[in-house]
Amino acid sequence: MVELMEKISVIRSAAVPFPYENIDTDQIIPARFLKATDRLGFGKNLFRDWRYDKSGNTIKDFVLNNSVYSGSVLIAGKNFGCGSSREHAAWALFDYGFRVVVSSFFADIFRANALNNGIVPVVINENQLHQCFESIEKDPNTSFVMDLTKQQFSGGGIDVDFEIDPYKKECLLNGLDDIDFLLQHIDEIKAFEKEHLVHKLNQTDV
Amino acid sequence: MAKTLFDKIWDQHVVKSIPGGRQILFIDHQFIHEVTSPQAFEGLRRRGLGVYDTNKITATADHNVPTVNQHLPIVEPLSKKQVDTLENNCQQFNLPLFGLGHEKQGIVHVIGPEQGITQPGMTIVCGDSHTSTHGAFGCVAFGIGTSQVEQVLASQCLVLQKPKRMRITVEGKLSKGTTAKDVILYIISQLGTGGATGYFVEYAGSVFTNMSMEERMTVCNMSIEMGARGGLIAPDETTIDYLRGRPNVPKGKQWVQAVEYYKTLFSDQAAQFDLEYSYDAQNITPRITYGTNPGMGIGIDEAIPMIDNLKALKYMGLEQGETLIGKEIQYVFIGSCTNSRIEDLRSVASFVQGKKKADHVNVWVVPGSKKVETQAVSEGLDQIFLNAGFEFRAPGCSACLGMNEDKIPAGKYCVSTSNRNFEGRQGKGSRTILASPMTAAACAIEGKIVDVRKWLN
Ligand code: SF4
Repeated sequence: MVELMEKISVIRSAAVPFPYENIDTDQIIPARFLKATDRLGFGKNLFRDWRYDKSGNTIKDFVLNNSVYSGSVLIAGKNFGCGSSREHAAWALFDYGFRVVVSSFFADIFRANALNNGIVPVVINENQLHQCFESIEKDPNTSFVMDLTKQQFSGGGIDVDFEIDPYKKECLLNGLDDIDFLLQHIDEIKAFEKEHLVHKLNQTDV
Repeated sequence: MAKTLFDKIWDQHVVKSIPGGRQILFIDHQFIHEVTSPQAFEGLRRRGLGVYDTNKITATADHNVPTVNQHLPIVEPLSKKQVDTLENNCQQFNLPLFGLGHEKQGIVHVIGPEQGITQPGMTIVCGDSHTSTHGAFGCVAFGIGTSQVEQVLASQCLVLQKPKRMRITVEGKLSKGTTAKDVILYIISQLGTGGATGYFVEYAGSVFTNMSMEERMTVCNMSIEMGARGGLIAPDETTIDYLRGRPNVPKGKQWVQAVEYYKTLFSDQAAQFDLEYSYDAQNITPRITYGTNPGMGIGIDEAIPMIDNLKALKYMGLEQGETLIGKEIQYVFIGSCTNSRIEDLRSVASFVQGKKKADHVNVWVVPGSKKVETQAVSEGLDQIFLNAGFEFRAPGCSACLGMNEDKIPAGKYCVSTSNRNFEGRQGKGSRTILASPMTAAACAIEGKIVDVRKWLN
């Protein structure tokens, strides 16, 4: 649950390979599952239409249905999370158990949503990504380590420093979110608003 | 120092810069809808917080709403619950709601501009990626996640890293039958679905300055489909003429001041962009998509290129090297925040007047708002649609994402004026072909993919 965000610092785990590019959030969680009014339980519908066929039977060769693969790290192809802004995609990944998503490129809104929900998006380059996929193919139990404090991601023959915005890093390490931070600045926000042109133009003319 | 339009607006909204590069950005207006807001309100309640300024929020019900018998209670229980939850939340927090049946109800990105809530120089957000639509008015408008919806409700601010700047210039004159939708589909197919990720895009050049506001909205709407944070166009006389007299624009001497301000909103001659592209209008023709993302598009008479993504082609039931002309289709959807405004409906009506749809095709025309619906009826467009065998429905997102009953069955082809052709977007197994309203209208009449230009000569 996100209200008091889970703190995150080191994740050591096997990884699930997902070597497809341009995965949009409609695939991560289809629209028909967006009707909930709370944040819970989206994990069971994560990648719903890739996991189950028309009659609701599991599709055996899909990675999430293949018991060989497990872990709280998802390693995905380029441009992961494009399309719809639905935060439900991040909730589904989190609820399913993922805490780290690795790719060579993330869509902007998805990246922000992940960071706001205790999932660390790790960007590595294309070669490193392929090396991860190869290592997992050879040995699905390959262990990966994401160390947020050191900003390092390693395993499967790679060892890379990744970038993360220092402010968001602090938030993740301490389980804080932006509201906590913004509320500390509410007086400054109010003072800004008083002098803000667009605000003044839209006040009733007297 | 010379600044881009985007920099001018962004910088005017920075409350404070914080160590590490992020900034607290003030948001002038937030739109909310029933799908991405319930968890945000729940969050406020858990924390015991109120809304910062109820005048800076507008709510509407659009994603889930039925488009037939809209006056009756919603049948689908989960949809009903979401719409009811929005109503309750708006009541509890005292927020203006254009709910079902309200004369101002409609798709969130249609109602903002038509009510004059969307104004040049603003920062605008919504828990919806197509918030980029509002950028047509020269504002910084972008989609956010539900946690951020909650942040803006509580503080009217977000903590953000400033995006980079891109300019896309298209000069020249568009040929007959080529519309704003074709222009943006062309740009997206050039850049790809991630080509503008990390950027805010300014559209410049004569093609855009010659467009109406509604056409500019179609363009800005789809900025997100190439990954852009948002897209914007400098306000000009067209913008000011469109806004003048709308219900929510500044009044009296404040309107005069506002216009003065709008006139300062352009990229300075010497302003630097991080990335620039330019295209020639001559190279743009009517377009369609053949794949499962909006970047997979071609000129309507071109062959599907040799691509690696065979999964997409398999899903679509199409093959490399094939042209789509003559391909039989079963559905046509004219609607969505991309193309459901009065000009879109007029262009469809003027094309289909006196014609009939092909027997095997279902055609849904779904206006973007109550106001568009009323206007269409007053102009007699509804009769033209009915005579052509089209269904003219009540406003909402409808088959754009199929959260209500308006779904395309598995395996069926739908020529759609919406913005996304993702797998399952219009219903599980649905096959979406994105196109302009005019192309969609022509396909509806013939029951297959046709090049609208053959009708125009
Ligand atoms: S019409 Fe489609 S794209 Fe637009 S807001 Fe509704 S669901 Fe989203």
